[in-house]
Amino acid sequence: MNETLSTTTHSSARRRLAQWWPYLLILGLLVLFPLLAGATIGDPAAAQDGAGLSSLMQRAESGAAKFWQGMIIQILIFAIFAMSYDLLLGYTGILSFGHAMFFGTGGYAMAILIGRNFNWSFGMALLAVILIALAQSLIFGVLSLRVKGVYLAMVTLAFAEMFYILAEAGDFRKYTGADDGLHGFPVPGWLSATDHRTRFYYLTLIFFVAAFLIIKRLVDSPTGKVMVATRENEHRATMIGFNTFWYKLTAFVAAGVFAALAGALSAMYLVSVTPSMLSLGRTIDVLAMTIIGGMGTLVGPILGASIIQLLGYWLERWFGASWTLVYGILFMLIVIFLPYGIVGTLRARSFQIRDGWKQLQQTLAGK
Amino acid sequence: MAPSQKNVLEVRNIQTFIGQFHILDGVSVEVPDGSITVLLGRNGAGKTTTLKSILGLTPPRSGAIVFNGKEIQGEPAFRTAAKGIGYVPEHRAIFRDLSVAENLRIAERKSGDLARREEFIFGLFPDLKRLIKLPGGNLSGGQQQMLAVARALVPDNQLLLIDEPSEGLAPVVIEQMMEAISRLSAHTTILLVEQNFIMASRLADRYTIIETGRSVKSGMMADLIDDEASIQRYLGAAA
Repeated sequence: MNETLSTTTHSSARRRLAQWWPYLLILGLLVLFPLLAGATIGDPAAAQDGAGLSSLMQRAESGAAKFWQGMIIQILIFAIFAMSYDLLLGYTGILSFGHAMFFGTGGYAMAILIGRNFNWSFGMALLAVILIALAQSLIFGVLSLRVKGVYLAMVTLAFAEMFYILAEAGDFRKYTGADDGLHGFPVPGWLSATDHRTRFYYLTLIFFVAAFLIIKRLVDSPTGKVMVATRENEHRATMIGFNTFWYKLTAFVAAGVFAALAGALSAMYLVSVTPSMLSLGRTIDVLAMTIIGGMGTLVGPILGASIIQLLGYWLERWFGASWTLVYGILFMLIVIFLPYGIVGTLRARSFQIRDGWKQLQQTLAGK
Repeated sequence: MAPSQKNVLEVRNIQTFIGQFHILDGVSVEVPDGSITVLLGRNGAGKTTTLKSILGLTPPRSGAIVFNGKEIQGEPAFRTAAKGIGYVPEHRAIFRDLSVAENLRIAERKSGDLARREEFIFGLFPDLKRLIKLPGGNLSGGQQQMLAVARALVPDNQLLLIDEPSEGLAPVVIEQMMEAISRLSAHTTILLVEQNFIMASRLADRYTIIETGRSVKSGMMADLIDDEASIQRYLGAAA
């Protein structure tokens, strides 16, 4: 009798493998990417000594191999940011317009603490980023989760704008660099993405995999199920005895911490932070990644982050300054034809091609 | 009204407002231990609001709600639910995105609740057992209603509030639901809202009639069945 309910939680090793192989395949490719890139698109002249692995590693630090590792680093950083947003919006149903607040604060905290004013070590600064994000998300979570829907969106937007204004203000120029932001702060040499691109690549990959596993564990746990229940109908979740406020706060805090980590990594990689990291535009980016990939799928936002980063790169090369126009049109088409995002639509197997066309024709005809 | 030990629940003259609207204007209900008590009344009389007021979803502005001898009015719904009041709202209130198993597991108050009750629940609703992995949204209306009732049975609830379990169901499913509810009453006390007078009269021991936000009459169901005049007056064509 008991097995009918327990089989859904405990699966055998084989079934687990069947479930996980796509993830393992992608992880394998990501782990091997610097070597593959070094062998194929790296600059052969960069390999000064030896052969085999060490020469491959040297070639990976050169030419197009280095560039594409940088591209993937940025994709992974945004993927962490987007997964954290999916935990909030996709799983728990909290529409925050202020998620960039955590991303930016994480970036600024990292830049300021390892900078000349404080000279903290990377490890200490990282710990501080986590603690600051915890405190920040607890405070703003408690304040904003009292309201719902559009009101919550407005409250979170107001909080984020507050930090944006603080970052831009001349009063704290010594620390924040005001509207210029901070550039060229002393990232420890062993972690410099300029000198050790492959090393930074693996560091980011470790953070990304850890973030994915932790968030996946959370959404698959009983706590995660209550989050989904809260998203679907908060009243019903309350009726069966859950204080939904705590579940929403848990999601808010976890999302805040991962967004801050993404921001800190971004600061380390670019060796630069600017107020735009805290802007509404940055929240919209991550919202778009989540929607394009598929809300509440966790894999979707990763795909969304990849698509938006790569599209941005290619569209800019092809269309120059007007690339955002093409991007906007593509975004509209995706929303019309794939209403649940790419992964969400694939999973639901509900391609709304016909409905999409009808809607598009009506829109164009001005109805 | 003197506090009585044999009543699991006593609702005493509650007044409930939703926004500006005065919905309940003096509702009193007694629910004796082990009974099925039914709330009767026309559409919009305030039956559902009475259930929601008991649970704390629409807290009453005045009056008292006494559960197991303790006043619980004003407490948030999640706390009331945790005291042992299960609520099966109208319109099949399940979680469509969660599987049947997850819908049930989420209702556990202590770990092991589900394992303890599984046999009982699947005994009442054998259909649910083979649907265990399906998302709640894929079930038929009747199956969703069964799942909604089943979910309230997972934790140790001393009192079940069930709102319109027969609404929109096929006659054969209504029969099944009635059978399940009458078997349930051996284990737990039930306060039922039911428009279907035939179903109500077959199930309930006691009744309270609510008319425009006021409880106007209550007593033993057996007496009401013979009271044609009251049925006509308060329930109209419903009988």
